[in-house]
Amino acid sequence: MQLDSKIPAGSLAEKWTKHKFNVKLVNPANKRKYDIIVVGTGLAGAAAAASFAELGYNVNAFCFQDSPRRAHSIAAQGGINAAKNYTNEGDSVHRLFYDTIKGGDFRAREANVHRLAEVSNDIIDQCVAQGVPFAREYGGLLDNRSFGGSLVSRTFYAKGQTGQQLLLGAYSALSRQIALGKVKMHTRTEMLDVVMVDGKARGIITRNLITGKIEAHSAHAVVLATGGYSNVYFLSTNAMGSNVTAAWRAHRKGALFANPSYTQIHPTCIPVHGTQQSKLTLMSESLRNDGRVWVPRTKGDTRKAKDIPEAERFYYLEEKYPTFGNLVPRDVASRNAKYMCDQGYGVGASKLAVYLDFKDSIKRLGKKAIEEKYGNLFDMYQQITNSNPYEEPMMIYPAPHYTMGGLWVDYNLMTNLTGLYAIGEANFSDHGANRLGASALMQGLADGYFVIPYTIGDYLATQKYDKIPTDHPEFKKALDENKAHLESILSRKGTKTPDEIHIELGRIMMNYCGMSRTAEGLQEARKKVQQLQHDFKNNLKMVGTNDELNITLEKANRVEDFLELGELMILDALNRNESCGGHFREEYQTPEGEALRNDNDFAYVAAWEYTGGAGKDPVLHKEELEFENVKLTQRSYK
Amino acid sequence: MEHTGRSYTIKVWRQKNAQAQGSIQTYPLKDISPDMSFLEMLDILNEQLLQKGEDPIAFDHDCREGICGMCSLFINGRAHGPLTTTTCQLHMRSFENNETIFIEPWRAKPFPVIKDLVVDRTAFDRIIQAGGYVTVRTGSAPDANEILIPKAIADEAMDAASCIGCGACVAACKNASAMLFVSAKVSQLALLPQGQSERKQRAERMVAQMDAEGFGACTNTGACAAECPKQISLVNIARLNREYLSAKISSDNVEEYVPIK
Repeated sequence: MQLDSKIPAGSLAEKWTKHKFNVKLVNPANKRKYDIIVVGTGLAGAAAAASFAELGYNVNAFCFQDSPRRAHSIAAQGGINAAKNYTNEGDSVHRLFYDTIKGGDFRAREANVHRLAEVSNDIIDQCVAQGVPFAREYGGLLDNRSFGGSLVSRTFYAKGQTGQQLLLGAYSALSRQIALGKVKMHTRTEMLDVVMVDGKARGIITRNLITGKIEAHSAHAVVLATGGYSNVYFLSTNAMGSNVTAAWRAHRKGALFANPSYTQIHPTCIPVHGTQQSKLTLMSESLRNDGRVWVPRTKGDTRKAKDIPEAERFYYLEEKYPTFGNLVPRDVASRNAKYMCDQGYGVGASKLAVYLDFKDSIKRLGKKAIEEKYGNLFDMYQQITNSNPYEEPMMIYPAPHYTMGGLWVDYNLMTNLTGLYAIGEANFSDHGANRLGASALMQGLADGYFVIPYTIGDYLATQKYDKIPTDHPEFKKALDENKAHLESILSRKGTKTPDEIHIELGRIMMNYCGMSRTAEGLQEARKKVQQLQHDFKNNLKMVGTNDELNITLEKANRVEDFLELGELMILDALNRNESCGGHFREEYQTPEGEALRNDNDFAYVAAWEYTGGAGKDPVLHKEELEFENVKLTQRSYK
Repeated sequence: MEHTGRSYTIKVWRQKNAQAQGSIQTYPLKDISPDMSFLEMLDILNEQLLQKGEDPIAFDHDCREGICGMCSLFINGRAHGPLTTTTCQLHMRSFENNETIFIEPWRAKPFPVIKDLVVDRTAFDRIIQAGGYVTVRTGSAPDANEILIPKAIADEAMDAASCIGCGACVAACKNASAMLFVSAKVSQLALLPQGQSERKQRAERMVAQMDAEGFGACTNTGACAAECPKQISLVNIARLNREYLSAKISSDNVEEYVPIK
C-alpha cells in the first residue's frame, strides 16, 4: 500500500489557499442530494455537522451521550490558541506554526500544522460571533494569557471553562440546524461498524443504547469525530464513556491507525487514592505559573510538608531547567515527576505524588490574588482531596490526558478508506509526538469548521447522487455480524467483569507503555495483554440481554476494542527505537535524561494496517515526514 | 487522608424501563472509603451486583469533573445531594457511617425515567433548538475585536453561560419549572451584542417550547438557584421575565410558534 498524503505543491504559506481554489465544488442546489454521517458531536463533530448543514448537505449525527452538549471537549479548561497578535508581541501564523511543530518534537506534517495556524484566527472570529463569552479587558477587547511552549500570549479563554463555552457555541449552531431539519440527531447511540460498498464508505451500523436496537444508516460519506483513546489506561482524565470503538471498528475495516503510542500524560493531575478510583482529575496547566514543584531532599521523608525546612526541599524542575523552571512542556514535567517518585522521593500515602506549592506566591501576591486566579481550581482540589491548598501544598502526579495518535488521514482528512474521514482528536492529528496546551480545541474546531467543509466537497463532487438502501447485502451482512458478535459477548458467563479486565489492562499499559518504556518491558506487556484478551474471550462475566439499556454490555463492547488497541500501542512503541515527545524509550536518552530522537531512521508516521487481530501482527506502512521549512533540532529547556 | 471503611444502607429506585413500575430497593454496602466519590460508591455496588449475576443500577454520568452535566440523582431528597456541587463531585465523607442513603431519579413529567436513575432530558435540547443560538453561518463572522463588549457585561454573560444543563433546577422545583435553565441562555444572549438581532424572537420561542414540553410555572421560590451546582442566579429569571414581556408587547413576530416535537 502506497500512502499518499496528498499534500499540495507550492510554498508552505500558499498550499492551503491554492488547495481551496483547486478543490471541486458541489453546486449549491445539488448539495441537498448528498447525505453525510457524522459520528461524535464534540468540538470537531458538532462544528462539522453544523457547517455541513449550513452548506445544504443532509446530516445524520450520532453521539453516545444523552445530548451533544455533553461531549468531553466540554472539560477543556485552559484555552484556545490563535495567531491574532492582539498583544503586539510579534505573533504570526508562522510563529504559531513553528511553536506547534517544535512542541510536537518534529513528528507532524509541516503542511497540516501550517494550515492549522492559518485558520486559527477564523475560529476565534466564528466563536465570538456565536456569543461565546471569552474573557475581555476593560476596554471591551479580548484578553489573552500565556501557555506552555510559547513565548507569546496567544491563548483566548473563558474563565477555566473554555472547552465548555466553545462546545456550547458549536452545540448552538448544531441545534439551529436540528430545528431546521437539516441535521437529524441520534443521541444515546453508539457506532459499531463502518459499511463499505464497492470500496467506499457508505454507512454505519449503530446500537441504540436504550432499546438495544441495531440499525443501519446509509450516506455518501462518513465522518468520524469520536475523540481520543486515553481510557485504554482505565484511569485517565477522559470522561467515563470516552472510547476507541468507532475508530477501532474503522481500523478493523481497513483504515490505518497512525502513531498509536503517541500519548500525552499530563503532569498536573490529582494523584490516585486507594484502589477503587474511577477516573483522574486534571488541574489546569496554568497552575504551574505560580506553583513551585518540589519533593523532600531525603528519600522516604515522612514529615508533613510544612515541617520540612526550605533547605531540605528539592525544587527539581527549577534546579534542572533554570530557564523554563516549572514551565517546561508537559512531557518533560511528567517524566521528571515519575523519575523523582521512582527514585523514592515521592510524597503522600501512595508515594506517587510530588508537591505543587503556592506558599511563595501567596506570600508575594497575597491570598486574594491567588484566589482570583485559581479559586475554582483550589475549591475543586479541596473538594476531591479534603486538603486545603492555601495552607498545604497540592499533591500532583501525571495522568493520561490526550492521544496524539489516531486514524491516519491525508491532507483532506480522509482516511485510506475512500469516503471515510476522521477529524479532531480521532485522527493522528497535527500534534506530532507531543501536544502543546490550548492546541486541542484549536485543532478540533479547525477541522470541523474550516477544513472538512471544503475538502468533503472535493470528494462528493465526484460521487453520484444515488443512495444505497439499507437492505443492500453489505448492510445486511454487517448488521448480522454485529448482532451475532454482541450475542456472543452476552453469552459469556465467566468470573471477570468488564471493569476488572479494563482496570488490569490500564495497569499494564501505564506500567509498560506509559511515561517511560523499554523494549523488554513492552515485550512482556504484550504477553500480558494477550492473556487479558484471552480472559475476555473465555472468562468474561456478563448479565442481561441486548434488548435493553445494558451498561455491562456497553462496557464490554468498548473494553474489547481497548484490548486490541493496547496491543497495537505496545507494538508501535516497540517499533519506534527512539524517544520523541510523549514517547520515551529509556534506551534512547541524552546524557541529561532528555528524549533523544533519531531523525535518520524515524522521521516518519507509523501507520498500521489490521490483519485479523489476535496473534496476527499488523503491517507497518511508513509515511516519510519531509521538513523543508523548519530545522530539526534537539529541544532544550535548560 | 483517613482510610477507614464505612458502612451504608443504600435505598435506590429500580425501574426496568420506561413502561415498568419502579420501586425502592435496599442494598447494604460495606468498606467504603470516605475519600471515594459518590459515583465510585455506586460503581462498587454495581460490581457487587454484577458478581452476583444481578443487573447493575443504571445512572447517567460521564466527565466526573462537574462540567458535562450528565450526572443527576436526587439524594436524600436533594438534587445532587447535600452539597451545591454536581453528584460526581460529592464524596462519601459527606455522609455519616451507617447512614441510610436514598437515591432517586429526577422527578419531573418532562424528564421521564428511562431506566433506574436515568431520565430523558432531551426537552432541554429542544428548548435550545427553539432559539438558544445566534444565527451565524460558519465563515461569515467579522474580526473578533470588532465587537466590543465591556468586561462587566462579558463577565455577567459568562456567569449565565456556565449552566451545564443538568436539570437540577427542574428537579428541585416543586412545580418542575425550567425557568432557571431557560433564563440562563436567554440572559447570556440578551446581554451580548451578538444576541440582539434575534432577542425578542428568542425569548418568545424558548418560553413557548418550555411550555409545550410541560414544565411547570415559576413561583419564584428560588429552590432552583439554591440547588444549582453552577450558582446560576435568580436575577436571570427576572431578566427572562422582562425579556419575555417586552418581546410580547412589542414583537412583530406574529406567526404562531409550532413547538418542536
